[in-house]
Amino acid sequence: MAIRAIKAADITQAVRKLFMDLNYHIGEDILSALQKAQQEESSAVARNVLSQLLENHRIASEEEIPICQDTGMAVLFVEYGEQVVVEDGSFEEAVQEGVCRAYIDGYLRKSVVDDPVFDRCNTKDNTPAIIYTDIVKGDKIRILAGCKGFGSENMSAVKMLTPSAGLEGVKQFVMDTVNHAGPNPCPPIVVGIGIGGTFEKAAMLAKKATLRPIDTHHADKRYAALEDELLTMINATDFGAAGLGGSTTALGVNIETFPTHIAGMPVAVNICCHAARHKETEI
Amino acid sequence: MKKITLPLTDEVIRELHAGDSVLLTGTVITGRDAAHKRLYELLEKGEPLPVNIQGEVIYYVGPAPAKPGHAVGPAGPTSSYRMDKYTPALLDRGLKGMIGKGARSEAVVESMKKNGVVYFAAIGGAAALISRSIKKAEILAYEDLGTEAIYRFTVEDFPAIVAIDSYGESVLVTS
Repeated sequence: MAIRAIKAADITQAVRKLFMDLNYHIGEDILSALQKAQQEESSAVARNVLSQLLENHRIASEEEIPICQDTGMAVLFVEYGEQVVVEDGSFEEAVQEGVCRAYIDGYLRKSVVDDPVFDRCNTKDNTPAIIYTDIVKGDKIRILAGCKGFGSENMSAVKMLTPSAGLEGVKQFVMDTVNHAGPNPCPPIVVGIGIGGTFEKAAMLAKKATLRPIDTHHADKRYAALEDELLTMINATDFGAAGLGGSTTALGVNIETFPTHIAGMPVAVNICCHAARHKETEI
Repeated sequence: MKKITLPLTDEVIRELHAGDSVLLTGTVITGRDAAHKRLYELLEKGEPLPVNIQGEVIYYVGPAPAKPGHAVGPAGPTSSYRMDKYTPALLDRGLKGMIGKGARSEAVVESMKKNGVVYFAAIGGAAALISRSIKKAEILAYEDLGTEAIYRFTVEDFPAIVAIDSYGESVLVTS
């Protein structure tokens, strides 16, 4: 098995670029969904909101300034090829340095505090980033990155449903979470749903689901249909863009699933604002 | 579209109704979670505030850093409900307007009616666009809080919607 050496500095550089790009440039999937919603929306107020969001994204991209002031907490899903050896440093440090450089050099807001309850002192470089690593076959590193704002993160929820709750239980919990969020999470929202696994696995799947392009579907047709059905149900709530009413409460619903225990059916709903900032790279 | 000059007068506040689109020109102060907590604790102890909030409009925002040549970085509204716990005490002390996003508690709406206060919604996520209407930003207090410091923003045609008016009427869709 051939070993491939990757310089820590190259990882830092790639991560720095990822976070600057995803904060400045809205994804094509989101842009198309916003344009489509703007054309189909029946409420004049909502159409105006959607126009302003499209204008916002044009300005951010042109001027290379963040789409939103809440440039979030950095989250990375990494597939680390087992043939890779990091030269001149460690993988973890190289990634954290990349996040730090992006947030300082890129004029991104530093939103992380060092201690959740007692001190709450800003770390001033937006680290630590949250890194999930899977060791996979191969000699490459693949990084899926996102930045998560907390206006929408705070509206998210996990519930340990049991098998008898069934499909209806899943739908009910998703709708309860969306209804509870109401106008707060900067609708139109993107909803990431994780079903299965354990308590924390469901939450991780939900997060990963928010980073999947919204013009894609779950591979299993039954879950793909559930994504479409939930999107229709959420858009019937009438919260609308900016919570001012209308038929554009969500732009997309993504479901990720995993095998689970005979006694359980964990469901996590990660609410994301319309921007759903994400980007991928391979080193 | 109503053009409103700040500071707000009681007469102007009375004429604002839920759903009105407005453009705000003048100055606002900023403050979010950490600054609210500090102001509230001072009020509880009966100590003076570092900023005179009488007649002011407060904008719930933590701006991104300004790029060279910009007055301020992207600066969209943050969720208002997190300020609800502290808000009635500030309204009792003369705060006349708030700009944020999302729903407010019943206690806040009651205090708004009692004190004749208006709550504006700015569009969450339109931070780059909104920052164009902010012409100047200076720190008034709590510089150590970084983005959460209290700033004075000079705004010109800042776009907002009257989300809840001084009569307690709301245009927000809530569950």
